Amino acid sequence: MTGGDFAPGASVRVRDDWPEARGPAHIRTPHYVRGKPGRVVRRLGEFPNPEDLAFARPAARVPLYHVAFDPAAIWPDAKGGDELLIEIYAHWLEASP
Amino acid sequence: MTTILETDGERLLVAVRALLADKGIASMAEIAERIAVTDRASPAQGARMVARAWTDPEYRALMLRDGARAAEAMGVPMRGAPPLGVLENTETVHNLVVCTLCSCYPRAVLGYPPFWFKSAAYRARAVRDPRGLLAEWGTVLPDAMKVHIVDSTADYRWMVLPRRPEGTAGWSAEQLAAIVREGDMIGVTVPTA
Repeated sequence: MTGGDFAPGASVRVRDDWPEARGPAHIRTPHYVRGKPGRVVRRLGEFPNPEDLAFARPAARVPLYHVAFDPAAIWPDAKGGDELLIEIYAHWLEASP
Repeated sequence: MTTILETDGERLLVAVRALLADKGIASMAEIAERIAVTDRASPAQGARMVARAWTDPEYRALMLRDGARAAEAMGVPMRGAPPLGVLENTETVHNLVVCTLCSCYPRAVLGYPPFWFKSAAYRARAVRDPRGLLAEWGTVLPDAMKVHIVDSTADYRWMVLPRRPEGTAGWSAEQLAAIVREGDMIGVTVPTA
């Protein structure tokens, strides 16, 4: 559950996973970036996994990254050049070739 | 029997406070202190940080490196608060903060969030149509200016360090702080002299 280790600039993809469809879940990964490509900007630190904290389960510390997304890859009417910056936990990220 | 959702709020608070004290989790005094700290927090604190950053390059560097330490340096209690990140507006980048999941907000330095910050409309439009939303606030950015939309989803809290407006040369930190509004530190507006 600790996920990968990503350097600034690394190309990543957010896992196209929908735990809320399988039962009660607490998720900090916005639905609109699931399955979308992004770029790691910086590592923000390690924090207890909120997906476990929310259910009072023991929560492992997981790395948290600031990830940049191109809005044009998400919204059909987005303006080029802008950027979405979102905090994503390591276990939601996979390396993207 | 009354359920927790139907219970009178004041009675619930008294009961929970007594339970926390009985179990040794938090004393009455600690809870009272935290309520007082929360009530004291207001955009005026963030504005004082912004004004100092405009007049003190070393403080600006600290604020961009570690917002929580910069807040503490101005006397804002940050114990127990999430880490604070500060996003600097520049000649080429304008930052806009939103929390699409809920209402994450840098309360320690800006106080309670404005009502619209939690609205479904703001949360949806900030990420989907940021320039249209900004225009409705009267904030029209040059086409060449990039908008960074910062969706605050996890363990950090974010505030914007706006650009110092023209026409403020020689102003004191107090004068500068007086023109910095809540919206300027969320990124929906920009300060003017």
